Order: sequence, then C-alpha cells, then structure tokens
Amino acid sequence: MGTFKKGGIHPPQNKLTAGSPIVTLALPRRVELLLSQHIGAPATPIVGKGDIVVRGQEVAKSSGFVSASVHTPISGIVKKIDTVRNVAGQPVTAIIIEADEENHLADEERRTNKTRVRSDEELERLTVEEIRAIARSSGLVGLGGATFPASVKLAPPKESKIDFLIVNGAECEPYLTCDHALMRESGDEIVKGVELMRRACDAPEAIIGIEENKPDAIEILAKASEPYAAIRIEPLKAKYPQGGEKQLVKAITGREIKSGCLPASAGTVVHNVATAYALYNAAAYGVPVIERVVTVTGKDLSRPGNFLAPIGMRLGALIDYAGGLREDSGKVILGGPMMGRAAINLDAPMVKGISGVLVMAEDDSHRRKEEPCIRCAKCVDVCPMGLEPYLISTYGRLRLVDEAQQNGARDCIECGCCSYICPASRPLLDYIRLGKKLIADKIQREKINK
Amino acid sequence: MSKILNISLPPHIHAPGSVASCMWRVNIALIPALCCGLWFFGIGAAIVTVVSIASCMLFEYVITKWMLGREPRISDGSAALTGLLLAMNLPSNLPIWIVIIGAFVAIGIGKMSFGGLGCNIFNPALVGRVFLLLSFPVQMTSWPIPCADRLAYTDAVTGATTLQLLKSGAMQASDMDLWNLALGGVGGSLGEVGALAILIGGCYLLITRVISWHIPVAVCFGAVVLSLCAGVNPLIEILAGGLLLGAVFMATDYVTSPMAKRGMLIYGFLIGAITIIIRCWGAYPEGMSFAILIMNGFTPLINRYVKPRRFGAVRRAEAA
Repeated sequence: MGTFKKGGIHPPQNKLTAGSPIVTLALPRRVELLLSQHIGAPATPIVGKGDIVVRGQEVAKSSGFVSASVHTPISGIVKKIDTVRNVAGQPVTAIIIEADEENHLADEERRTNKTRVRSDEELERLTVEEIRAIARSSGLVGLGGATFPASVKLAPPKESKIDFLIVNGAECEPYLTCDHALMRESGDEIVKGVELMRRACDAPEAIIGIEENKPDAIEILAKASEPYAAIRIEPLKAKYPQGGEKQLVKAITGREIKSGCLPASAGTVVHNVATAYALYNAAAYGVPVIERVVTVTGKDLSRPGNFLAPIGMRLGALIDYAGGLREDSGKVILGGPMMGRAAINLDAPMVKGISGVLVMAEDDSHRRKEEPCIRCAKCVDVCPMGLEPYLISTYGRLRLVDEAQQNGARDCIECGCCSYICPASRPLLDYIRLGKKLIADKIQREKINK
Repeated sequence: MSKILNISLPPHIHAPGSVASCMWRVNIALIPALCCGLWFFGIGAAIVTVVSIASCMLFEYVITKWMLGREPRISDGSAALTGLLLAMNLPSNLPIWIVIIGAFVAIGIGKMSFGGLGCNIFNPALVGRVFLLLSFPVQMTSWPIPCADRLAYTDAVTGATTLQLLKSGAMQASDMDLWNLALGGVGGSLGEVGALAILIGGCYLLITRVISWHIPVAVCFGAVVLSLCAGVNPLIEILAGGLLLGAVFMATDYVTSPMAKRGMLIYGFLIGAITIIIRCWGAYPEGMSFAILIMNGFTPLINRYVKPRRFGAVRRAEAA
C-alpha cells in the first residue's frame, strides 16, 4: 500500500458524514459572487447593475493567465456590484444577484433536467486545446481547497514531459467527506473527467490515489476505470497529510518534487477528484463551476451531511441546513480541522474553495495553554518535509529571517502536524508562517531594490 | 449577527499528550526498577527515594516561586522525575543530608540556573549525582549488600559492586553469574541493580511512544563495540552498573539529547563507547554518568550539524 515515509500523523478521523448521500440544496434567491475566489488576479465584472442574467452565465471574466472567471448559479437581476465582507471579515468586491419566483422555478427545472451539450463520443474527439478552453471558460479551479486555476495546471510547460497525472482522492483531513461522497456517487463522471485531464496534459498514465479508509470509493472508481487502460487506482495508507501534493506524488510514483519546484518538474501534474468531476460536468453538460459538494459537519450539529451547495449562498444558511449553530458552538472552520481557517463572518458567501464547514463546540475551540519546549523532537519526527519545526518556529518568533530561510522555512507545506503533536502545545506553525511571510517580504524588497 | 465566534490559526485539533503526561509516564516506567531497589535494599532505599523526590520538588517550588517569581509548575512531574532519577543513582545507605545537597545541586544548579524546564544543557539528576560523587567519594562508593538487612539504613553492611570487583581484579569475568546480574542480586545504586526491571520500564516507554528506540539501542551498540575492542565481556558491561538505567532513562532525557534521529544514534553510540573507555582505562569503575554528561555537552553541536534529511533536498552537485 502506497504512502509517504517521512513523518505524518494519525489524528482521529471523525468522518461523521462518511455514509451520508449528497443532498442537493435548494437554490437561494440571492447570491453574492466574489470576484476573487481563486489564487491569482480577481476576475473582472462583465455585467452591470440592472442586467438580467441566466443560471450558468459568466458574470466576471478571468483577467489574466492566472485567474478564473465567475458564473452565476441563479437567474435573476444584478442588484449591484458592491463591497461585502468575506468570511475573515475583510472587505471584498462581489456581484450581488437576486432571483424572483419565476426565475427560481425555471432554475430548479434547469438544474434537475440537465441537457447534454456533448455526447461521450464528442468528448473523446475534443482536442487538447478545446479541453483547456473548457476548463478556462467554466471558471474551473482546484476544488481541493487551493483554488489554483485548473487551466494553468492542464497546460504544463512545454519543456517538462509529464509522465503521470495524479488525481487526489486521499481526503486525509479529519471530518471531511465531500470527495468520498462524490467518488461514491459519481465514479463514472470522475473517471471521465480524469480522462479529459489526462489528455489535456498529455500524460501517458493517470493514477487516482485514495486512502484505504474509503474501500467503497476504491471499488467504485476501480470499476469505473476498467474501460480506460491509462487510468488506475492506487489505494493509500490512511495517514495525514497523504493528500499533500508532494506527499501524494511521493507515495504514488516514488518521485520527490525538489525543494521550490512544481510537480511538473518531477513529470507529474496533480488535480483533485472534485476538479475532475467539475471538468466533466462543464464539458458534457456545459455547467460551469456554480455549485460544489461541501461537508457540513461537527459533533455540535444535529444533521451533519454532504451538500451540493451553490456558490454565493450565505454560509450561515448552509450551516442551518445541517441543523444550525447551537448556543454553545464556539468555532466555525472552513475546510478541515488541520488546515482550515476559522470564520468570523457567517453572512459571507460560499466560495469555490470551501470543501467543508466544521462547527466546533465552545469547549473544543480554545487553544491549550502554551508550555516551555522540552525538546522532545516530536515535531521533527512528524514533519513530512523533514524540517525542524521547533527551530524554524523560534527563528520566526525572533524574526531571524535569514536563519529561518536557511533552515528551509519555505519548504513548509503548513500541514500543521508539528503544532498538532507538540506536547507543550506550542503554536509552532503560527511562527513558521510568520517566518515565511518575513522571508517573502525580504525577497520582495530585494527585487524592488534591484 | 448574535454569536461571536472564536478564531485561531490552524490546526484546530491537538494530540492528547502534554508535558505532564510525558513526565509522569517516565516516572511510572521507573516503578519496576524502584520496586527492585526496595526489595534488595529495604528501608534505606525508601528513605533515600522519598527524601530525594520531596527535596527536588521543594527546591523547584521555592526557586520558581520566590527567586524567579514565576508560577511554580511542580505538578508536571519533571521535578519529581529528577528526584526519582537522582535517588536511582545513589547508594541506599546515603545519609539524608547528602541526598538533600544532591537534590539542591540537581534542581538549583543543574536545572533552574539555566532557566528551568527545557533550558538545561546537562541532565539535572546526573549533575547532582556527579557533584556528590566528587564531593563525598567515600559515602558515594560504599554499596550495601543486597538483601543483607532490609531494616538497616546508614549502618548497612556494605560491599563492592560488580564493576569494582572486576576493576580491582578481585573477581574474574568468567566467574560472573549473568542471571544474577540481570535479576539484580548485586551491589550498586538502588535503581541500577535490576536490569530486567529497567527493560520492562523501557518497553513501557517505547509502547507509549515517550521515547524512541534509537538512543538506548545506540548506547548498547556503542558499549558492545568498545567492549569487543577492549577485550571484555560485552554482556557483563551492559548488565552491570548503570549502563542500562542510563541508556533507557537518562540518555533519553528529551531536553539534553539531540533532536534528529541520526543525531540520536551518534549521541547514543558515543555514550556507550565513552562509558566502556572510562570503565576500562579510566580511574573510576563506572563511567555512565560522565559519559552522558560529556555527550550532553556535545548535543548542541550535534543538533547544529546533524539535520534530518529534508524532503526534496537539492544535492550540492545538482544545484551547482
């Protein structure tokens, strides 16, 4: 069974929603579509106040090579383009669209009766350029959470020969089950999406890596990929961070992506299963990225589950579908508990990169008291990048930028294993991130001075 | 919005371990060896152990509270552990006042003067022990004979340790009973006499992942290699004296041992090697405490030059 060797942890999996089917949520009457839901330049609005828009229509277009367009999940009228607060409470620009009853019913009808725009035969005839164009025009981004524009990754640099397309179905974060549910319910679509991706990046082989704790997903995808000689499934050991890009490539191909390099340098391209599914949806049905599967979970929620949620809906409404916050709910995390970000503002809209909403009870939502470092070296043991977190963290805290850099701060993938394991509850990752930020600032300054 | 949410940076979950749980587990792991000591040396062992633990905790409390003005943290078990380890390294007929001096040096000089938990360079218990060995050489090298009179304390009948007998030539290695060594029927410090009991504690620490195998195994390996070079029986060298106690409980001390696995192997190997060198060619019959303290001094150097292999490290030749 494949796995990465160095470091890693086994946090309690708490996959409360592992068996839950994907529940399609009703379309909201109002959406706020953020212009920046991806890594790279924010999209440029191409609609104005008062414009009539239809479900699936592009409302903001990609504004550069690394950028992605935004589409509306509901038909209706553009109320305004305004500043709203995102989940972190920061002001960001959004297109606000409202639907009336007639729009709403028509949209629900369109949603249930999806029409094919391309048959499977036509999909097979798509050229590499056409597949990339579909990814670009559908606003496809990495749906694992990184939200890097997919079209960029589907067009690897000419000088690097791609040997493997690696598809991430590991889902190593505790609590999250959105990819699991998608693999169980839409195995065929995922495999067809993977085949499109494989052709787009001209890889002779595509390998879907899935942790062994999802045997049903492994079986379903293995069956679905039987007709495709170039696609196979690789069961992986359940270990965090198995789904980390570098760890996944190492586990499946044995290749090590060099420090500071992209996967393409090791002849690989890595995508998520949810991205593959979305690419197929865009190619076969012409549906851009306007909804995604989200796990809304937590021991505090009465009805946790996997939901197909429209982009732009209010996060608070999403949590209400799962039972709503309780009096004693203390924290809402977007993503998994290891790498997810704590939300401040639940009136903020859903964006493409949110794979999970985790509600934690008040008692579980506080950090433990920091104690002195006893140099137990557990952080060194668990670091999957072979770094010395205790050391880099100290350099970060003391703002010793050069020392932090020499000790490989920039190799840190921010998986959080060090902070998780530390018996002294030291916030190791916080200070490593501070160190990384200071290094980035320094490099920026040096560039300007030149 | 009515509810104010807590925020913090990831990760949002934490492993169950804590500093206190690590320290108390080591204390627990020492119980089999302590029981051995109590069985062989009776009341004396109990007095020395209780006095050592109590005075270590007291000194830590007093120094943190009244000299450093910090919140005392004796409940985390680290002061108790220093006390217990110090007692393990003392003869069971040591007068109370000497034990208290040892505890003061261990906690006051060995630990708190460096800044307290996590800051000390040398193993505090061994600092205390070596201080006593150099200051009170007579009392520190008169060992009660095991099981002779369990109710005797400072008036116990004393004899030589295995290593002393070997060193003075009073006994030949071929006459040794290895089972007797393993089960503890020999003279020595109150915690070092039961090799099997120490190994049971070591297994507990390995299973609960408080320590890794690297240091103990490397210490034994280093001792075996040097024993073979010196032409002495490696099994006797490992079982006799404080080698096992040191390898399992003191060389593995978190604070004073290296951070990287390869560093641990080098550190452990050299401890084993230096111990045998001192035993064979040095003035003392026993060298474990010195060997560990010497390597404690080298730990920062090892940490500086022996790093874990980084993922995706670019080799110099490739980078050029």
